[in-house]
Parts: sequence; structure tokens; C-alpha cells
Amino acid sequence: MSGGDGSGVYELVVNGVARAVEGAQPGDSLLHVLRDRLGLPGAKNACEQGECGSCSVLVDGALVCACLELAEAAAGCAITTVEGLTPAGSEPGDAALAGDVLTDVQQALVEAGGVQCGFCTPGIVVAVHDLLARVVDPAPHEVREALAGNLCRCTGYGRILAAVEQVVTVRSSAAMTPPGVRR
Amino acid sequence: MTDLQAPPSRRGGSAGGHVGDSPIRPDGAPKVQGRFAFASDLQADGMLWGRTLRSPHPHARIAALDVGPALAIPGVTCVVTADDVPGAATYGLIASDQPVFAGDVVRFVGEPVAAVAADHPDTARRALDAIALRYEVLPPLVDATAAADAAPIHPDGNVIRRIVIDHGDTAATGDVVVEGSYEVGMQDQAFLGPESGLAVPDGEGGVDLWVATQWLHEDRDQVAACLGLTPDAVRLHLGGVGGAFGGREDVSMQVHACMLALASGRPVKMSYLRDESFLGHVHRHPARLRYHHHATRAGDLVKVEAEVVLDGGAYASSSAAVIANAARFACGPYRVPNARIEAVAARTNNPPCGAMRGFGAVQVCFAHESQMDRLAARLGLDPVELRLRNALRTGDALPTGQRITGTAPVAECIRAAAAHPLPPPAGPELLERPGGTGRTDDPARTRRGVGFAVGFKNLLYSEGFDDTSEARVRLAAGVATVTCAVAEVGQGFVTVAGQIARTALGCDAAVVEPATTATAGSAGSSSASRQTWMSGGAVLQACRLVADQVRADLARRLGVAPESLAVGDDGRIRSLAGGDAGASHGSVDLTVAEAAGDGVFTASAVHRHRPTVPLDDHGQGDADVSYAFAAHRAVVDVDPDLGLVRVVQVATGQDVGKVLHPVQVIGQIEGGIAQGVGLAVMEEIVLDRGLVRNPSFTDYLVPTAADAPEVLATCIEQPEPGAPFGAKGVGEPPTISSTPAVVAAIRDATGVDVTRVPVRPWDLV
Repeated sequence: MSGGDGSGVYELVVNGVARAVEGAQPGDSLLHVLRDRLGLPGAKNACEQGECGSCSVLVDGALVCACLELAEAAAGCAITTVEGLTPAGSEPGDAALAGDVLTDVQQALVEAGGVQCGFCTPGIVVAVHDLLARVVDPAPHEVREALAGNLCRCTGYGRILAAVEQVVTVRSSAAMTPPGVRR
Repeated sequence: MTDLQAPPSRRGGSAGGHVGDSPIRPDGAPKVQGRFAFASDLQADGMLWGRTLRSPHPHARIAALDVGPALAIPGVTCVVTADDVPGAATYGLIASDQPVFAGDVVRFVGEPVAAVAADHPDTARRALDAIALRYEVLPPLVDATAAADAAPIHPDGNVIRRIVIDHGDTAATGDVVVEGSYEVGMQDQAFLGPESGLAVPDGEGGVDLWVATQWLHEDRDQVAACLGLTPDAVRLHLGGVGGAFGGREDVSMQVHACMLALASGRPVKMSYLRDESFLGHVHRHPARLRYHHHATRAGDLVKVEAEVVLDGGAYASSSAAVIANAARFACGPYRVPNARIEAVAARTNNPPCGAMRGFGAVQVCFAHESQMDRLAARLGLDPVELRLRNALRTGDALPTGQRITGTAPVAECIRAAAAHPLPPPAGPELLERPGGTGRTDDPARTRRGVGFAVGFKNLLYSEGFDDTSEARVRLAAGVATVTCAVAEVGQGFVTVAGQIARTALGCDAAVVEPATTATAGSAGSSSASRQTWMSGGAVLQACRLVADQVRADLARRLGVAPESLAVGDDGRIRSLAGGDAGASHGSVDLTVAEAAGDGVFTASAVHRHRPTVPLDDHGQGDADVSYAFAAHRAVVDVDPDLGLVRVVQVATGQDVGKVLHPVQVIGQIEGGIAQGVGLAVMEEIVLDRGLVRNPSFTDYLVPTAADAPEVLATCIEQPEPGAPFGAKGVGEPPTISSTPAVVAAIRDATGVDVTRVPVRPWDLV
């Protein structure tokens, strides 16, 4: 039952878990199915026009707007939502994740003040993880360009950019730590 | 599925941190993890989806309406129209003039005509399409200047409010006079979380509504009136709010969702799509302004004459208060001995306008700051010097006759903004040049400019409005629990409330309960830069009452007179020198929380600001509680061939009274400046004979991370008398004078005499 046959019954692999989707309409977006059928509201619905990035998710490792993806067409792909992002070294389902254990990007956003109303935040989190997975030490204009698809109306972006800088600094100093030294 | 039994907006946490620290937000972790429940995330078993049918015409008579075809669609449960409104047919913040659903006439594009509830959002959408509706189109009135003398488009008439301020000798003249006419386009709040809510019938004729709003109790009262229910039969609970900026002061989907829930007997969720959001809330008023500034040759202001016309759109919303702000702040933060201000908010068939961050001060600031630059040029003075020369100080009288009794560090704000280092010339990176990713810029032709502006506005509600806030604090087992119905809209009140409680009670843990009308009194609106002052004040007052109870209890346990112990501002109870506590029990020096021991202490408080009065017929009166000021210096690069602007840097000095949370203050400053930059160079709802041409983020542009300038900020800390910890609200000033500063920089770069915002490419080439 990997789906994609138009029957309205198919399976999506979300955050490493195969999930059956039933009763969906053929035109349902991936965003609608994630939020309203699979109980994963982390991807947000700020515009549903592919302009704001609040619904950013990874589909087979590519950063996309879930509102522009046909849910059924994503059957068989590996879908990662903000709920599936875990700190390095942990796995989804770890007991520690039940609490406030955050990824470095999430932690930095909270500490630096990159979160106000929080509606853009899950999309920003996914987009920053994607950027830093591709570019280890992005220049300031590269960060701005990478996040230009994620609208934030509260922060003016200053604290979000500061958070990204904080993550890059911490990651690069961790990378420079000699092997064998515990951190 | 979000469990409604769990608090829909998590506000708890024990992040630590006292006043002046920057503890992390208690709702920060859930927000970055995607598990914070926004209003649009809520679900309930058996839930239906509600959607709204809206007018495509700015002005039309409804000739025929038949909902039968919609009801015939499988999956459609109910359809409601004006005929089904059980209570008051209209609602409104100040005047109740806006129909829940249009009955005979529609007055703006997007006005609700009917709502449906169905089993799937797409079913609801198809049901809207099926409603048979015939309009007789009427000519729209779209010119606010002509509206006053035009045939009324509403029983209340076309003039929402006219204000005249006569100050000093209105016949006075200066050595020099500069005049100018200015225009401000219609800006949108463009909060990211769409209007959303979940209405759940209680089975006894009442309803619970989880909703994203700025003021639960005001909504509750308006909704109950329209439903024909008593207020206690309608309980509003705050759903997570995805930004507000004034756009959630008015009722949007609240009554519709409750009507559908009561009609169907099932939970109903409504969540606007973005195009609907653009039509479904009020906007910043477009403005036309005409000014004459009189001054001496030395540069002292002699008189300001201003005519201000705001386009209120089809319904009154808060226009009567916005126009009063525009009038009161029309002269800017300067000593103006004589003034004649005439300000009108008029009704048109454009979309309704109301509150947006800055609330009337934004439009006039663009005009008075443009005038100050013209005057500086005429006099051959430096624009910063001219502003310093005329800057308001404590003790000065405003054109309303009100003397400023609080702090007014206008000159300090100006000097701080001017003192920041200027940015280096643009580098070779094309992405950092005008045009950005378009890579259209010719560096050899790019021109840089620098501009300056100063602005101010009132804090808290004005003109006699008693906007109280109520809070309850419970101290038990070292944990302070704050109950207060403040709408947390992103501003960080939940953080500040915890800081205040921890500071006043000396405890490590503070939890802010979910906001609801069911268990808390009104906290007033999360607007007018008021919650830190008003609700922070209520929390502080309640904490002090708790501390007094603890002090009395401790004295009883120690067998000493309560007067021998004192509670300090640091949340500690200490023996007074010479008291008897020290003699028999040793000197007492405990936090309130420690002194409380196993006891449980609870207190409530209602915080009030000092009374204000409405403006009289000559625009005179002590209408305001307090004022906050800011100055901005903007640096822009302009591509003169394509008319593209990149705002490189905005430096600011802002009057904050006292910084309670440094990180949240800078967040307000940077965020407010981004919205001011947006109004300066890109944000406008484009209207064409009443039609909204750009209701999407494709066509209504808000600043992205690539557009936002570097911000350099200095907070001027002069504690405000009467404010808790001396803290002034910080949300609005960043948005007010950042816009004219950017435009001044564009003029400096190009030499083009720009008189309209937003500045469009064709204004510059």
C-alpha cells in the first residue's frame, strides 16, 4: 500500500514512520494531509500559496513548501517535518525527546530571540537545518538569501540571523575539537 | 489532533530570570518544535469546516440570495446568512456599524454575505460556489476626500469623525513657510497566522470559542451581543496567535464560527486562506495630508497647519480613535507654539481600516518629517540640528494643551541615532545591492543616501477610556502562578509576566496560565503598547498583595509585629532596623517565596492608569497617559536606472523607560523597523475602484531576510513615573519614524522629491 493510484488510500513515510492516509481527496495538499489527517500541525498554513515558507518540509531531502505538493504524489518519498528533527545523535522516539530537548538550531532560535509569535518558526527551523546541511559556513548574504523564502513578520530577521550565526560558530568550534575530547 | 483538555497555548515554564535579564520565552521550545497549538491547529472530534462567502463588489444591492443549492451538496451541514443572526445585526469596536453578514447592501469587496459548515474544506468551498446570489451593482465611493459631501453610503453617514485642534495664535506667521502634500498607501498587518478559531457548542445553548485575538473580553462581549446570549454563555479562550499588529482588534470569523457551531450542534473550525485574510481584517488607513510649517530664520517652529484625511473604508472600526491620534501627533515631537490641525476620517467603499502598529501616528509622521527636511533645506540648516533645536522636553505643552509630565528624551533619542557608525560602502557582493538576486544593479551608478526622522505616540488608551487590566497571582510551594487574560500575540508578555513575578516574590518558578474569559477578568487589549505597563502593572500589584500576606503570616509565626518586617522591591522580606524581630528570632532576610513556606497565598489586582479626558471641540484636553519617542537614521542604496532601493542600515535611539528584557526589546525594535521599511519601499494594498488587486504574498510584498536592514539600536533608559519598573511600551515607536527616515534617505540619494509611500520604482525614474 505505497499508494499513488488515485484511490484516496495511500501511505506516506513521515519522519521515518509509515502512515496510512485514508479518506483523503485526490487534490489534497501534503500540508493538509500532514496537518489535518496525520496530526502533524508543525508545518504551518500562513499562505497556502508557496510564498511564505511556513510549511517548509523536506521531501527526499529537498526543501519544499508542503502546500504546493500533492500529498498522494509524495507517497514513497521520505518526508521530514519539524516534528521529525532531532538533536544529533538521537533517534526519533528517544525518551529524551518527550521533553524540551532541542536541536542546536531550535535551541539557538530560542536563546537568541528568533521566536516571537512563532508562526514562521517551524519553517525557519527546517530551512536553517537544510541550509547548514548543505553549507557548513555560509556568508551572511548566503543566510539571508537562503531564508528569503521564509517570511517572518515579527522579528525583522535580526535575531533569526543571529541564531544561525550562533549555530555555525558552535558547530565549527565542535568540529575543531581534537578527537577524543569529550564535549 | 490537539487535545482540547490540554491548554491550547502553553504559557508555562520555569525559565528563570528576573526583570532586566533575558530569560528564554516559556513558549519558545514548543514553538521551535512545532507543537505550540496555534488557533489554526485546533481540532475536535466531529468537527466541521466553516467558510465565508464574500462580496466581489465594493458596493452593490443584494437582489436575490438562495442557499438551497449549497445545502443540497452532500457533506454540507448548514448555511447561515444575515437572516439567521440571533442577536444584534451589527458589531464594532467603537460604533456598532458593521453587519455580521450583509443584509441588503454590500459596502466593500470581501464583506461577508453567508457562511457554510461542511465536512471538508473543499466541500465548504464548493458550497460557497453553489449559493445563488444576484447583485445589483452600485457605483462605489472610493475617494475619502469627496466622501464627506457625497451621498451617505451608510445610515451613520460618511464622516466617521472630524477633529479640529486650535492651539495658540492660529493667525501667527513665520519668517519662512514650507508647504507640502503627502500620501500614504494602505498597509496591511500581514500577520502570518491566518484568522482562525474553533467554536464548540456546550449543549446548553452556549458556546466556547478558541480564537486568535488581541482582546478576549472585548470579542466576548461583541460575539455574545450578536448571538443574543449573555456574556457568561460565551467563553473565549486564546488559541495560539500568529502575530497581530492591530489586525486582530476587530471581530473577523468569531461570530460566524459560533453561529455555525450553534446551528449545527457540532464543533466548527474556521481558518482563513491568505487572500481571505487580506480581505477579512482592517488595514492601516491610507492618508492624504497637506501641511504648512512656519518658522523663524533661526529655525524655531512658529506654527504648523495640517489637514489630514484618512480613508476609513466601509465601516468605522477604530477610525474615531485613529484620527484622534493622527490629529494629536500631527506636529511631531517638537515644541510648536501655534497650530491649526483639521483631521477627518471618512467612510468609503474601500476595505475597512482600523488599527495597525503606530495607529495614526505613522501617517502624520511621514508628513511632518518630510516637512522638517524641507524646512531644514529652506533654512540651510542640518536636518538633525533643526530637530534638536525644536525637540520636545518634559514640561512642554502639546497642541492639545497637555503638558508632558513624564519623561521625554527626544534630544537623547536623536543624538543616539545619529551617533551610530555609518555602514561601509556597498561591497562587490551583488546580493547585497539594489535588485538583489535580480543582479540588475550597475555598481558604478548606485547612489547612497542618508535620512533622519523622529516620531512619537501615546502609550495606553486615551481620551477617557479606562482600559484596566486584572491579574491574579498564587504563590504555593515556591511557584508563582499568574492568571491574566492577556492575549500573547508574540510580543512576549508571558516572559515578562514571569520575570515580574519572580522578581517581586523572589521565586525561581513562575507559570502563566492560559488566557480565557472563563476564569479571568479583562486584561484589556494587546495593543497601544500597553500590556507591559497595564497587565505587567496588574501582575506586580497582585504580587505585592501576596507579599504583604506572606509578610503578615511570617510575622504571626514569628510573633512579631508585621510593621517590623518590610518587603523590598527585590522580593525579599527583611527585618526593619530597630524592630523586635531581630531581638527574639534573629534578623529576617528571606525571599517572599521562602517566607511563604508551605502556605498558599493568592491575591488579585486591577491596574488602572491615571484618568484622561476626551478632546474638546477645539482639540484641547489631557487625553494621554504617557508618550514614547524614537529617532531613526536610515541609509539606502538606490539603483537610479530601475528605481530599486536597498535599505542598508537603520540606526535608532528609542525611549524605552526601562528595559525589562533586553532580547525582547531588540526584537520589537528590529521587527517594528522592518514594518516601517516595508511601508517605505514595498508594502501597499493596491486598490482599483474599490477592488483589492493584490491579496497574496506574491503581490503584496513584505520584507524578506534579504530585504531587512542591519539595525543598530540604543535604548534610552529614563524610568517613566507611574509605569511598573519605569518601563514604557516599546512595540510601536520603531514603526513610526523608520518610514520617513528611509524616504529621506531616498531623497538624499536621488534628489527626487518623493511625497508618497510606499516609494515605487516609477517614482524614482
